[in-house]
Amino acid sequence: MFSLALTVLIGILFFVIFFHLSNFLLDYYQIKKSKTLTYENSIRAVIFIAPAFIVLFVFIIFPVFETIRLSFFDKRGEGFVGIYNYAWAIKDPDFRRSILNNFGWLLIVPTLSTFFGLVIANLADRVWWGTIAKSIIFMPMAISFVGAGVIWKFIYDYRGPGDEQIGLLNAITVALGFEPQAWLTIPLWNNLFLMAIMVWIQTGLALVIFSAALRSIPNETLDAARIDGASELKIFWSIIIPYLQQTILVIWTIITILVLKVFDIIYAMTNGQWQTEVLANLMYDWMFRGGGDSGRGSVLAICIMIGVIPILGWNLYQHRKEQKL
Amino acid sequence: MEFVSTPKRTKVMKKLSFSSLFAQLLLLLFVIVWIAPSFGLLISSLRDKDVLAISGWWTSFINTEVNEIHRTLGMDSQYEENGYYYIEDNLFGGDKPKKISSFGITSKDINAYSVGDVATFKDQSEITVDENGNYSWKSENEFTKKKGKRIFISATSPPSFTLDNYKEVLFKEGLGQAFINTFAVALPSTLIPLIICSFFAYALTWMNFFGRDLLLATVIASLVVPLQMCLIPILSIYNDFGALFGVSSKSYPGIWMAHTGFGLASTTFLLWNFLKSLPKEMIEAAKVDGATHYDTFRRIVVPLSIPAFASIFILQFLWVWNDLLVGLVFLDKNPSEIILTAKLKELLGSRGENWEILTTGAFISMSVPLFIFFSLQKYFIRGLVAGSVKG
Repeated sequence: MFSLALTVLIGILFFVIFFHLSNFLLDYYQIKKSKTLTYENSIRAVIFIAPAFIVLFVFIIFPVFETIRLSFFDKRGEGFVGIYNYAWAIKDPDFRRSILNNFGWLLIVPTLSTFFGLVIANLADRVWWGTIAKSIIFMPMAISFVGAGVIWKFIYDYRGPGDEQIGLLNAITVALGFEPQAWLTIPLWNNLFLMAIMVWIQTGLALVIFSAALRSIPNETLDAARIDGASELKIFWSIIIPYLQQTILVIWTIITILVLKVFDIIYAMTNGQWQTEVLANLMYDWMFRGGGDSGRGSVLAICIMIGVIPILGWNLYQHRKEQKL
Repeated sequence: MEFVSTPKRTKVMKKLSFSSLFAQLLLLLFVIVWIAPSFGLLISSLRDKDVLAISGWWTSFINTEVNEIHRTLGMDSQYEENGYYYIEDNLFGGDKPKKISSFGITSKDINAYSVGDVATFKDQSEITVDENGNYSWKSENEFTKKKGKRIFISATSPPSFTLDNYKEVLFKEGLGQAFINTFAVALPSTLIPLIICSFFAYALTWMNFFGRDLLLATVIASLVVPLQMCLIPILSIYNDFGALFGVSSKSYPGIWMAHTGFGLASTTFLLWNFLKSLPKEMIEAAKVDGATHYDTFRRIVVPLSIPAFASIFILQFLWVWNDLLVGLVFLDKNPSEIILTAKLKELLGSRGENWEILTTGAFISMSVPLFIFFSLQKYFIRGLVAGSVKG
């Protein structure tokens, strides 16, 4: 334990000392030789940028291209196999199932999270205990997907029809006079039960962002509508939603990116059994199955990547537009 | 502003109060649905494991009715007084507080007597049981049996909570070590990107150099790259590195750097966004006064950025603390390296029916995020909202 703490300390100090020492030496050297400012600046820029750039290159830029290359190679990444891995994927039933499920996730989770977030943000705004309510609904954002998995597995717990149910959902089902169900093993429906977990978590994100955005709607507009006799529902649809269009889009994108990568929930709850497989879990599986197959794993990673490319393009387009202003 | 009360105005007011009531109820429903799962987990982790396995957590607040069989002590503990022989003790052995409502001496009629009544056995000995489990068994003849008699009781037990599960999970199941490991992963994985990226973001904002715009565009593009896209090549770099130097490819520094890589784009972007908003004049004034970039960074930018640092620190720390995938890929599963989420997943597989272990383990893994959440919520929300400006 002591050695662990020491390792941690050294790890952090290494970077502090690197930056301090290199900059200090540069200052010292500069005073001594009194070089021109541009010369100083170019070395300084290298010191400031190099560590981050190296990390960015080694851990993001290079791997992205390497993954694309590996997808055309065999399981060890040695022999060129052309599009064999892609052809395999298209024929693989697990892969097809994953694509279908991922589409389901993409359709349902961002929609429901955004919708609930928007509704709750509106409700909380007009109730004196709104802040506490928001805090409670936001809380799942702080916990891990695995923790959330345990929480919900407990809710979905199943006991035989004769026994007392300790899972909340089955207890309610039995109380209403129905048969208890092993929820996570019912194909197709079980996907919805897994998505519920993600919605439970991500609604909080939508909620806080909407809350911040709602405050930017001028009160005069809302009051005017009320005095003209508009119902609250009408105000919601005709004023608030159009006003928040941009925010809705942003939240939608964030949750979409998250959902594309969804791994922990599936891995912890069903590990892809009972037709709940998704791309990220299938990829993890192929990274290690039978000693690992980097070709197939890469193909699966690329499928996830393809999902975010439109968002990536949009972000860059927005950035360019802003820079020009 | 003074309003003149008109019929129209009162109509509006009425509608508002009705819709406000509706809003309250609807919101309450949402809150209950959202908190019930976590609340159930917390309560379950505090319950006795035997009770937890047979009853829902929502039953733990009411007194539960139980039927139990206990046995009295045998002949060894009798004593004589005034010509009678007595055996006296407590049915529960003073163990758990329960309230007895009725008792019986045969399995045919377990509720035959209420507390305080005298029950007579076939051998004419008499027994009476009190509410708290104390009994007194009296006989004219000496007791001759080694084994005592069976007593059937109906008792209500009050809600009881215990910390036993936490002791068990922390020390016997090895979650305590996993907790420490997670800290050893999360602290450097949060601080290293913060250090590196603050210099990087400074350079991107205040320094002029060739290719700055391209670099910025790369950072923005990296924001949305799924980490799955990077796992396989990094893993193979680590394997090669490990083989070359004869060290393990799975190590703490390895996972720190991996997390640094995955968090680099978002950390840089958030900081860049923040630094952009600082007044340009201030930086230029410092330059005119002869301050080097490092001086400006240290003495002006860092102190001003503390709130931004706090937000980013919290976001990244929570991200790393809650991560499972990176921990699974870049760390071993042995006790000295396994992180909480991986350990929890392992328990989910091996102890799937031991809910006392799972609920407690989950709560331990959530304790740090929840603490941060409740104490630093302001910074957490600020970071999320700032990050969402672009996404």
